[in-house]
Amino acid sequence: MKPEVFQPKIVAFCCHYCAYASADLAGSMRIQYPPNVRIIRTPCTGRLETEYFMKAFENGADGVLVAGCLEGGCHFIEGNLCAKRRVEYTRAMLEEIGLDKERLRMVNMSAAMARPLADTIIDMVETVRKLGPSPLKNGRLLQECGS
Amino acid sequence: MIIAQRKSIPELLSIVEKHRKVLVLGCGTCVTVCLAGGQREVSIIASALRMAAKLNDLPLTVDELTIERQCDNVFLEQAADAAAKVDAVVSLGCGAGVQALAERFADKPVYAGLDTSFIGILEERGMWTEKCAACGSCVLHLYGGICPVTRCAKHMLNGPCSGSREDRCEVDPNRPCAWQLIYKRLKDIGQLDRLSEIRPPKNWRPSLSGGCRTIIREDHRV
Repeated sequence: MKPEVFQPKIVAFCCHYCAYASADLAGSMRIQYPPNVRIIRTPCTGRLETEYFMKAFENGADGVLVAGCLEGGCHFIEGNLCAKRRVEYTRAMLEEIGLDKERLRMVNMSAAMARPLADTIIDMVETVRKLGPSPLKNGRLLQECGS
Repeated sequence: MIIAQRKSIPELLSIVEKHRKVLVLGCGTCVTVCLAGGQREVSIIASALRMAAKLNDLPLTVDELTIERQCDNVFLEQAADAAAKVDAVVSLGCGAGVQALAERFADKPVYAGLDTSFIGILEERGMWTEKCAACGSCVLHLYGGICPVTRCAKHMLNGPCSGSREDRCEVDPNRPCAWQLIYKRLKDIGQLDRLSEIRPPKNWRPSLSGGCRTIIREDHRV
């Protein structure tokens, strides 16, 4: 019997003005990306706080992707720069906890970057797949997703 | 205001590892403003503790609560029910809050989740600096409102020390020389003559030298 490939569950916080639109564009362009991501639209990545990432991991996410606008191109001037610092803070905290910090990643892209978004998601899925399932499994998120 | 910073998660875990159920208790006053122990930090640290406990196979349950003020008995009652349900309390208040909790909940272990650092102000977003050492005998009126006891690395009352480079402290070049600031400030307000007087050594008796201090206001006592 062929061993089942681990399918990581990744929460992707996507900014309404860029990454969410590029995911939409990827759909229109029929660009395929792995179905492992659960996209959550945010008005700006600057809206995201450390506890959002912590809750995602606590509830069993294998990885968290934060996708904001290109630096200098934030609709709210510097929301993506705030998010960048919070992601760095959270990555350091994940290391303190004992989780690999590579499970949390931030990327920057514009609304036209459908292909790079798909590539980013593919890369994130592969990274998390190599890291293996989150040792915090059996959280609520996974139960709700039926696995 | 009191400025504090969180302890690391491994240190916190080592503090609570013997317990099954703990309460992470935040304080809505100083430590909320300095982003160390408010409601948001309670949520983050409680999540981090739960995750770290799980990764270390510790059967730890973590409750969360934030009250208005931990250093005041009136507000401590708000935490009584939550504290009764747990084995220990991790206070995200300052050192005064931790001790007030320990006195109020005499049969409950109370641990400090923060390192209380200093009395200071928000200098700029995400940056706090120390301004007062609570020495018990304020000399700010002599130095144009800039405290040499706190802000001079050598606590000099008759400065400068001659070690400063330009306007930077020789102990830490990232820090401005307090005496440069004092000179400029006294010049700006026309009180440079204050520097012509030699100040005697500071009387440290009102400070911590005789143990913890008490202030009694007879007119307010009942």
